[in-house]
Amino acid sequence: MQQFFWLFKMAWRDSRRNRSRLLLFMSSIVLGIAALVAINSFGENLTNEINNEARNLLGADVEIESRSPISDTLKQFLEKKGLELSEEKSFASMVFFPKNDGTRLINVRAVEEGYPFYGEIETTPIDAAKTFVRNTEAVVDKSLMLQFDAQAGDSVRLGTSTFKIAAEVTKTPGQSAISTTVAPPVFIPLNELEKTGLMKTGSRINYKLYGKFPEGVDNKKFFDEELKPTLEKYEVRFDDVEERKQELGDAYSDLTGFLNLTAFIALLLGCLGVASSVQVYIKSKVQTVAILRCMGASSYQTIWIYLIQIVFMGLVGSVLGVALGVSLQYLLPQVFADFLPFQLEMSISFISIIEGLALGLITALLFALIPLLSIRMVSPLKVLRSSYETDRPDRWRYLVYLLILLFIGTFTYLQLEDLQDAVIFTLGIFVSLGILAAIGKLIIWAVKRFFPSNSAFTVRQGLSNLYRPNNQTLLLVITIGLGTALITTLLLTQDLLLNKVKLSSSENQPNMVLFDIQSDQVDELIDITKKDSLPVIQEVPIVTMRLASIKGVNTNTLKEDTSYHVRDWVVNREYRVTYRAELIDSEELLKGEFTGKTTNQDSIFISLDDGLAEDMNVELGDKITWNVQGAMIPTYVSSLRKIDWQRVQTNFLVVFPTGVLEEAPKFHVLLTKYDDVEQSVAYQQKVVKNYPNISIIDLDLILKTLDEVLSKISFVIQFMAFFSIITGIIVLISSVNISKYQRMKEAVLLRTIGASKKQIFRISLMEYFFLGSISTLTGIFISIAAAWLLAYFSFETVFAPNFWSIIPIYLFITALTVVIGLLNSRSVVGKPPMVILRQEV
Amino acid sequence: MSSILLVNHLSKIYQTGPKSFTVLDDISFEIEPGSSCAIVGPSGSGKTTLLGLCAGLDTASSGNVILDGQAIDSLNEDERASVRNHSVGFIFQSFNLLPTLTALENVMVPLELLGRKNIKQTAKDLLEKVGLGDRMNHYATQLSGGEQQRVSIARAFANNPKILFADEPTGNLDEETGATIEKLLFDLNAEQGTTLVLVTHDNELAQKTDRIIKLKGGKLHEDTQLKTIA
Repeated sequence: MQQFFWLFKMAWRDSRRNRSRLLLFMSSIVLGIAALVAINSFGENLTNEINNEARNLLGADVEIESRSPISDTLKQFLEKKGLELSEEKSFASMVFFPKNDGTRLINVRAVEEGYPFYGEIETTPIDAAKTFVRNTEAVVDKSLMLQFDAQAGDSVRLGTSTFKIAAEVTKTPGQSAISTTVAPPVFIPLNELEKTGLMKTGSRINYKLYGKFPEGVDNKKFFDEELKPTLEKYEVRFDDVEERKQELGDAYSDLTGFLNLTAFIALLLGCLGVASSVQVYIKSKVQTVAILRCMGASSYQTIWIYLIQIVFMGLVGSVLGVALGVSLQYLLPQVFADFLPFQLEMSISFISIIEGLALGLITALLFALIPLLSIRMVSPLKVLRSSYETDRPDRWRYLVYLLILLFIGTFTYLQLEDLQDAVIFTLGIFVSLGILAAIGKLIIWAVKRFFPSNSAFTVRQGLSNLYRPNNQTLLLVITIGLGTALITTLLLTQDLLLNKVKLSSSENQPNMVLFDIQSDQVDELIDITKKDSLPVIQEVPIVTMRLASIKGVNTNTLKEDTSYHVRDWVVNREYRVTYRAELIDSEELLKGEFTGKTTNQDSIFISLDDGLAEDMNVELGDKITWNVQGAMIPTYVSSLRKIDWQRVQTNFLVVFPTGVLEEAPKFHVLLTKYDDVEQSVAYQQKVVKNYPNISIIDLDLILKTLDEVLSKISFVIQFMAFFSIITGIIVLISSVNISKYQRMKEAVLLRTIGASKKQIFRISLMEYFFLGSISTLTGIFISIAAAWLLAYFSFETVFAPNFWSIIPIYLFITALTVVIGLLNSRSVVGKPPMVILRQEV
Repeated sequence: MSSILLVNHLSKIYQTGPKSFTVLDDISFEIEPGSSCAIVGPSGSGKTTLLGLCAGLDTASSGNVILDGQAIDSLNEDERASVRNHSVGFIFQSFNLLPTLTALENVMVPLELLGRKNIKQTAKDLLEKVGLGDRMNHYATQLSGGEQQRVSIARAFANNPKILFADEPTGNLDEETGATIEKLLFDLNAEQGTTLVLVTHDNELAQKTDRIIKLKGGKLHEDTQLKTIA
C-alpha cells in the first residue's frame, strides 16, 4: 500500500513542470468527447421525446394510408369498433396567389374537422387551426407565405376555388421543415376539395384515415387483436403509435449513430495527437526513468508513475469534454431544427456523461499505452551513456494495437448495429489513416531525397526540420490532412450534385415538366405552349395500373410466398405506364424485340426495365396480368430495356404497345424548355390560371430546393466536421508546442553562433509553411480522389472540380498552421539564449 | 574476508551489423569490503562499461559479476534493480538529479523505494552533512554544479549502500569545488564503511584510493594495490 501511494506521490512530483504540457496533450480529446456527449445526450432526449410525443406526432391512435380511396366497408368496420375517424386527401398541385400572380407546386392537404386528434397544427393566429375547416378557409405553410409575401386575410386559389388564408402554419404534426421543402403544405377543408376540380383522372392522391380509439381500451391490445387482422386484408398501409415510435426511433437512431461516428473520428484524431504528444513527452523523460531504474525502481513502478499522470490528465480532458458536451447539447436542437418534427427540450443525460468519461479515459489510455510501453525498454545504463539504445523488440505493443482495433470495432458496432458495416467502417478508418501516413512518409522521404541543397539557408533549415528526429510531420499530415479532406470532400460533393442537376438542364434537355394534364386539355395546352415560343419536347400519355399476377400467380400469393423471389415493391406499387410505337433516346434495348403496335387479334407484348424484370423474376415470354382500373389485361414480356434515369424526361418501367390503352382513363405529361425565368413565370401563370389542375415542376425550383436541402444537410455535416477540424488545430497547437521543445536547443545554438532573430523567425516560418502546405495539400488530394470516385461510381457524372473554391481552404489552413507555429516559436526567438539553456538543464 | 565485488573473466562485445567490437576482454578482479578502488585508463578503454557491468546496469557477453554475494548475471532487470536499491549507491559526472524534484526529495527517493518510514529526517540530516541544510527545497536548476553533486552524494549514501560506484565524480567541477566533493566522498565513505569504486581520469584522485586498476584496450593492464586494508 505504501508503495502504491509512493507511485502517486512520484507521479505528482514528476509532473511538476509539465502539467500545462500534459493538459495541452489531453485537450486534443476534449472536443471529441464533447461531441460524443452532446450527440449521445441529444439522441437520448430525442428517444424520450419520441416516446412521449409519438401520439401527437401521428395525430391519432392509428393512421391508415392508401393510393386508392379507402373502402366504405373498412370505414364502417372501424366505426363499429368505436373509432372516431377523420379523413384526409393529399396530392401535389399548383397554388395561385392572386395578390401577386405567384404560382408554385404545393402539397394540398384536405382535412376534416377533428384532425389532428392529438397534438395540433400550429398556426399564427393560433385559433385558426381549429376554425379553418368550419369557416371554409385555408391555412398555408409559413415558407410559402414568406415566399409570396402573403398575409392572413389574403386569398389563395386552388384549382377553381378561392380560399381566404386564415393563418400561416408554423408546425404540422409529424412533419419536419425539411420534409416540406419541395412541396409546402396548404390545408383546406375536405368537403371543399371536390369544388376545386383538382381530383381528376391520374391525380396521385394519397388517401388517409386517422382513427381515435374509444376511451378506456388497452391501445396496444385493441390494435393488435381487434384491428390489425382486418386491416391486413385490405390494400392499405397502417401505423399505430407503437409502430410510428419504432419507425421514428429507428430513423433518428440511424442519424445519431452516424453523428456519433463523425464525433468518434474527431476523438480518434485527438487520440493520435495524445499518442504522439505522449511519445515525445516520454522521450523527454527517458533520463529520469533511467535514474529511477538506476536507484532501484522496477520497470512496472516507472510505468505506473507515467500511467498515473496520463490517466489523471485523461480524466481532466474527459471532464472538460463532458462539461463542454453538456453545454453544447443545448445547441443541437437548433442545429437539427429543420430535421425534427417537434421542438426538443434538452435535459442532462447522466448515461451520456458516464459514457463520455469512460470513453475519454479508455481512448486516452489505449493510445498513450503505445509510447508508455517504451518505458519498459529504458535501460538504467542510460545514466552513464545517454546515447545507449536498447534494440529489444517490444511485443506488447502489438497487443495494444489489437486492443485499439477491437475498441474501435466494438464502438462502431454499437453505433451501427451491423457487423459488416462496423468492419467496413473500422477498416476504412485504418486504411484512410494508412494512406495519410504513407503520404506523410513519402513526403519526408522525398524532401530528403530531393533536398534543394542550393537554396537559401533559412529554406534549407526549415525543410530539414521536416525530417529531423522527433519531427511532427507524420502526425500533422494525418490530423490536418484528415480535417482538410473532410471539409473539402463535403464542398466538392455539394458542387458535384448541383452541377449534375445543372448539367441535365443543358442544351436541348427539357427543364420544365407539366403533369396531371387531362386528355381534353392536351391540344389546347400545346397551343399555349407554342404561342409562348416554348418547344413541346415530349407529350406522353400515362395510364395508372396495378399488378394482378405474374406467370399466373396472383399478387397475394406472391406477397406471402417468398419462394417466388418477387420483391415487395414490385407487387405493392401503382404503375404509371405509357404506350408508344418506338424506343426513345434515353432507352437502350437489351434483350428481345420492342413491339410497338398491337392489333385486336394479337397478344399484347410489353417492354420492361431490366431492373424491374429482375425484381419481378420474369424472363422474355413470361405472362404478366395488369389490373387497369378494374379491367384485367394479360400481357407478355417481349423486350427488356436499359433506361438512363439521369435524364430529365419521362421514363417508364413498363411500356405498352399502341392499340391497347388508348381508351383507358389516362392523363398526360408534357415536357418543355424555357430559356429565362421571366418566360417561365409568365407561362406558369398562364397555365395555372387556365388549367388549375395541371401541376408544374421547373428545374429552377428543383435546383433551388436541392441547394436549400444540401445547404441544410451540409450545415449539419460541417457542424460535425468542425469538431475534427478544431481537434486538428488543437493537435497542431500541441504538436507545435512539443516541437518547440525539440527545436529550442537548435534555435539557441544557432543564436549562440550568431543567427539573428530574423533568421530564426524565417526558419520557423518556412518549417510551418511547408508543414501546413503539405498537410493541407494531402487532404485536398485525398478529397479530390474521394469526390472523383463518388462522381464516377455513385453519381455517374463527369468530375470537374472547381479549384477556385479549394484555394481558400488551402490558404486558410496553411496560414493557420504558420500563425500557430510562429506564435509558439515567439518564446524561443524572444528570450536570451542563456535563459533557455538554464531552463533546459 | 569474502569480497563485496567479484569480477570473473568478464567480456563485453557489441554487435553492430556484421561487425563486433570487443569493449572488455576477459577482466577478472575482486574488491574487499570497505576498500576504495579507482578504475583508470585512456578514453575508450572500457572504464564506464566495466562500471556499468559491475553495478548491474548492463549484462556481460561472457563471464560473471558477483555483487554482495549475488551473481547479478543470473538475475532479471527488476531483480538487479532491487539489488541496486538495497546495496548500491551511485554518483555520476553529470549529477543526474531528478529535475522535477527538490534536493530533499531527490535524497528521499532511494529510501522511499526501500519502503522505509520517517525518511524525511534522514534525508535532511544527510543534506546537512553535505552542507546544503539551507538549500533543501531548491530544484536542480536552482543549484550550482557543486551543489548538485553534493545532493547527488547525499542521495548516494541515503540507503546506506555497501558499495558506491562513482563515474568521474569531479569531472564536471572546477578544481576547488572538486576538492571539496572529493573530501566529502572519502569522509562519508570512511564514516559509513562503504566500499568505493570510482572511474576517473584524474590521477590525483586515483592516488587517494587503496587500489588502482588500469585498463587499456579493454584489457586489465595494471592492478596496483596502494594501501592495505586493515
